[in-house]
Amino acid sequence: MVFRSEEMCLAQLFLQSGSEYDCISELGELGLVEFRDLNPSVSSFQRRFVSEIKRCEEMERILGYLLREIQKTRIAVPDEDESPLAPPPRQVLEIMEQLQRLEMELSEVARNKEKLQRNLLELTEYTHMLKITRTFIHSRSRHEALGPQYEEFPTMETDSVTGCTGMQRLGAKLGFVSGLIQRVKVEAFERMLWRVCKGYTILSYAEVDENLTDLDTGEISKSVVFLISFWGDQIGLKVQKICDCYHCHLYPHPENDEERADVLDSLRTRIQDLNNVLHRTEEYLRQVLQKASESAYSWVVQVKKMKAIYHILNLCSFDVTNKCLIAEVWCPVSDLANLRGALEEGARKGDATVPSFVNRIPSTDTPPTLLRTNKFTSGFQSIVEAYGVGDYREVSPAPYTIITFPFLFAVMFGDLGHGIVMSLFALWMVLTEKQQKKKRSSNEIWETFFSGRYIILMMGIFSIYTGLIYNDCFSKSLNIFGSAWSVKAMFTNQQWTNKTLQTNSLLTLDPNVSGVFTGPYPFGIDPIWNLAVNRLSFLNSYKMKMSVVIGVIHMSFGVVLSVFNHLHFRQKFNVYLLFLPELLFLLCLFGYLVFMILYKWLAFGARDSSQAPSILIHFINMFVMQGKDLAPLFPGQTGLQIFLIVIAMLSVPVMLLGKPLYLYWLYRGGKGLRRRRGYERVRRVSEDDTSAAPSYEDEDEEEGLDETPGREPLPKEFDFGDVLLYQSIHTIEFCLGCISNTASYLRLWALSLAHAQLSEVLWGMVMRLGLRITTRVGVVFLVPVFGLFAALTVSILLVMEGLSAFLHALRLHWVEFQNKFYHGTGVKFLPFDFSLLPSVFEQDGLL
Amino acid sequence: MVSHSLALPMICFTTLWGLVGVVAPFLVPKGPNRGVIVTSLILTAVCCYLFWLVAILAQANPLFGPQLKNETIWYLLYFWE
Repeated sequence: MVFRSEEMCLAQLFLQSGSEYDCISELGELGLVEFRDLNPSVSSFQRRFVSEIKRCEEMERILGYLLREIQKTRIAVPDEDESPLAPPPRQVLEIMEQLQRLEMELSEVARNKEKLQRNLLELTEYTHMLKITRTFIHSRSRHEALGPQYEEFPTMETDSVTGCTGMQRLGAKLGFVSGLIQRVKVEAFERMLWRVCKGYTILSYAEVDENLTDLDTGEISKSVVFLISFWGDQIGLKVQKICDCYHCHLYPHPENDEERADVLDSLRTRIQDLNNVLHRTEEYLRQVLQKASESAYSWVVQVKKMKAIYHILNLCSFDVTNKCLIAEVWCPVSDLANLRGALEEGARKGDATVPSFVNRIPSTDTPPTLLRTNKFTSGFQSIVEAYGVGDYREVSPAPYTIITFPFLFAVMFGDLGHGIVMSLFALWMVLTEKQQKKKRSSNEIWETFFSGRYIILMMGIFSIYTGLIYNDCFSKSLNIFGSAWSVKAMFTNQQWTNKTLQTNSLLTLDPNVSGVFTGPYPFGIDPIWNLAVNRLSFLNSYKMKMSVVIGVIHMSFGVVLSVFNHLHFRQKFNVYLLFLPELLFLLCLFGYLVFMILYKWLAFGARDSSQAPSILIHFINMFVMQGKDLAPLFPGQTGLQIFLIVIAMLSVPVMLLGKPLYLYWLYRGGKGLRRRRGYERVRRVSEDDTSAAPSYEDEDEEEGLDETPGREPLPKEFDFGDVLLYQSIHTIEFCLGCISNTASYLRLWALSLAHAQLSEVLWGMVMRLGLRITTRVGVVFLVPVFGLFAALTVSILLVMEGLSAFLHALRLHWVEFQNKFYHGTGVKFLPFDFSLLPSVFEQDGLL
Repeated sequence: MVSHSLALPMICFTTLWGLVGVVAPFLVPKGPNRGVIVTSLILTAVCCYLFWLVAILAQANPLFGPQLKNETIWYLLYFWE
């Protein structure tokens, strides 16, 4: 990563007709350049390579179907480490043919399989039906009473098995309808039968044990075998119609037992045969899919690359006279040699007679911003970019964010124990990163944490350091060096006796008594404060002052960084008219506040603690220029304060009017219009005559010379009003912002207080309960208590507080730090790179 | 209790962070990441030194002492001294 974005240039690529596919393929593998659209007015259906793209999409459709089938049979698709190159056009037809053949085969096999399964289902249902109706008939003959619902004509039932002689006497024929119906429909079916046939039918049914799959809906539902006995042809027709209405599967009912047994036997053999055939069909299908899965991955990648290349080719414009394609790219200046090499390689692969070449052309457009990152810095770069991509060639806050962001997080998080847990978690992610990358989980939250693993590692390490300084480890303090406060000295100096201890529950150590306080604890906060009741009085004062000190230094750093921008863009007047008044305003007011804080710490001690002045009151009095009644902090304070106020007040009009007046004076003549202001044009004379290149419009200038870099320095008109307005907004924002931003840094105090208190509450309410039990049962009880403590620590203190501190540290960077120097209105450089293109199938989870 | 001085820690930590922030940047080998590593070292030294300095200066001249419960005072009397 560099401190500002890379220098870019606009280049023209002349691609010969034969080798343009290979050249683009080569460029896609390297990911060097970003292509511009030279045909913006042409719709996507009218472009040159539409038919090729249609072919690619057809292949993608077939591949999608193939992958879904493979996923259904649960075959794993092997990943390859090296992705295959895009296939040359002649190979494309081969792949297309293969895919089409596969598709036909697969669909045929699938169709056959379905037919067989349907057949099997019918036979199985028939078998069940036969078995169960057998029990009906036989149970009827054995038991007279079937139950009150069917007790219509009991004598008739007994006769039915024997051939219904009684029925025949009546002249009506007894008929049977048998079949299967879904369980859920049975009651309605029964009711319908009763209502329609007015009791001339008898329905008996029983459930099938086996769950049968309904092929139409794919559901597994319970079915019921029913047997309707009726007499009369009219009733028979009605029964048929009702059965049709309820989608019953009807099967012929055998006349007698022998027929039934015969049918059962034949059914059994047929089912066995069908099962065999089905089994073999599935095996065959599996084989075909297995073979296809071996090359599925490479096909997917090849088709993806092909489609991408044709999209890019559609962006180029076709030059009829020279019979070549012209592409316009943004290329980093440092990569021009690589670009030439890639084109040569492509030309060689495509067996072109005339080589393709690069031509650098001047441009007035603002190039996109490129900041190269490695796996460590990319996380920090992305959180800076989430606010805004930097302008072209402006100072990037990312290299500083690597340290200041984890540091500010740690100031708010500061706990040794929590820091250790966080670091270990991040360390585990970092050490196993190769395996994790291969897994490519679909859980977005995990992906977010994993991509920020280096950020979390840095945050954890800094938290360990701040935890040591705050002397806070799971809300307990460490006593490494021995406390500086001596209780014994209070006794030896006759301040306290044993009686004082017995009568008073709270006693305060007095640093004025000799021997009580023996010097500051060398590293961090003294451990005695953890035992003190007035701990927060001390810590609040300390943390608030610390926040202001850190905040003022962070903001001054931001203002100083703006100097680099002014110098780079050759706007030296900005250094005197913008940077200097800003810095003076900030330091005269808030730098003086920091000075007062430090002075009070050093100059006032326990001896004169009653006269120790309140810094806040002095600061406010400085502004209203009062306070003769207050004792001064140091001799000459009033004089110094008046001086500082005057400088700060003077710097405001300089900030407000200096730049607009200076620019106005320049425009009017001044020392002559200096053309070297603003960003220098790329005025390199190109090898070829650039007359063939399309002309570029000069960008319209609404304002005159504004601050944004990369624009033409020659103004057509200079709008004083606009510049003045912009500058006054900036001045107001800066001055008021100074105060509000300094106060905003107090969140460092607020969050660290919240974290410490939460930690203390958790210890006191959860862990201490477990530790207080002194019986043996206590050991067993401690285990779930510790489990609860650990779970709450991770969920509340690590995750919730961690996210909260992360967010606030981010806000401090984005607003308080970056608005001193960063614009963030640029465009990111998106190179044409195959590895950056997502595959449609990955998103669907098929690959 | 243990008597601490202000001078000794001041010298120790100033030299420590001075080594990290001033000397170590010269020892970073040349490579594409040299700028980032040097910046990080300097910033780490500044931030950590500043944080430690604020902590020790805030305690150098305390205006009031800790207020303890009498049980705590008993404990400290017998266990810490």
